[in-house]
Amino acid sequence: MRSAVVVFPGSNCDMDLVHAIEDVLGEEVHPVWHHESDLSSYDAIFLPGGFSYGDYLRCGSLATFSPVMEAVKKEAETGKLIVGICNGFQILTEAGLLPGALMRNDHLQFRCELEPITVERADSAFTRHYEQGETVQIPIAHAEGNYFCDEDTLQKLEENGQILFRYADQNPNGSLANIAGITNEKGNVLGMMPHPERAIVDWMGSPDGARLFTSMLAYWKENQQ
Amino acid sequence: MYKATIFVTLKESVLDPQGVAVKGSLHTMGYNQVSDVRIGKRLEVSLDAENKEAAEIAVTAMCEKLFSNPVIENFRFELEEV
Repeated sequence: MRSAVVVFPGSNCDMDLVHAIEDVLGEEVHPVWHHESDLSSYDAIFLPGGFSYGDYLRCGSLATFSPVMEAVKKEAETGKLIVGICNGFQILTEAGLLPGALMRNDHLQFRCELEPITVERADSAFTRHYEQGETVQIPIAHAEGNYFCDEDTLQKLEENGQILFRYADQNPNGSLANIAGITNEKGNVLGMMPHPERAIVDWMGSPDGARLFTSMLAYWKENQQ
Repeated sequence: MYKATIFVTLKESVLDPQGVAVKGSLHTMGYNQVSDVRIGKRLEVSLDAENKEAAEIAVTAMCEKLFSNPVIENFRFELEEV
């Protein structure tokens, strides 16, 4: 599985992701500058956390118009796996690849902590190595993770099983329905506020994020035949 | 040349935690007559356009595509020839 980690001006979790993918999967991974307009040679595309364009205007809004985003949209349509983490999730919603929006945390604080997360579905491309209903520990680090959408959209998310991750205990940002991560309707685009790349081995506080990457690799292998 | 003054605000249905925090401070200061505070953005954009109508069409498109997020925000603007 050949992965691209898109680097926007202001991304700061890009190399963490590159190392996590290398260490967990031992598969090929490349950081790709946001001016790239062709991602067709990659099997999986990651939008990392950070502060693209300094969070100016709205988090993720200016990154939406980077040349690479046309390529991301094109590859998303072909069914390739796309993951946006934290700022990457914000970019995916701004770009319209995922429904809803991520607003300022309801308490206005930046929260950086290991967070218990419930895995709602274990049959998705991203979660097949988790148990359904399992609570895992994955850190968050954000001030704008307060997921919001209208009632119809929330109902669709619930009905289609698009909510993959919810905050298990306390809700750290005020997000609707305790949402921590959602997919698009087709299930190949995931956006999540927690950082799986920061939880891949015990000494990081939790190894639970690693299985997201191994799940994706397993899904990709299954779909190769 | 036209100048557009654009106001972007959170929709009424969306909680504005900054506004709530500022309202709390106003109450602490003794301004108990304040019942609501909403915080928004003001943008000033200078642009060339054939006429006012063309400027309006362009600014509307900019607001819809970039300046506001229709999921959570509304916008309005004033346009003047400068």
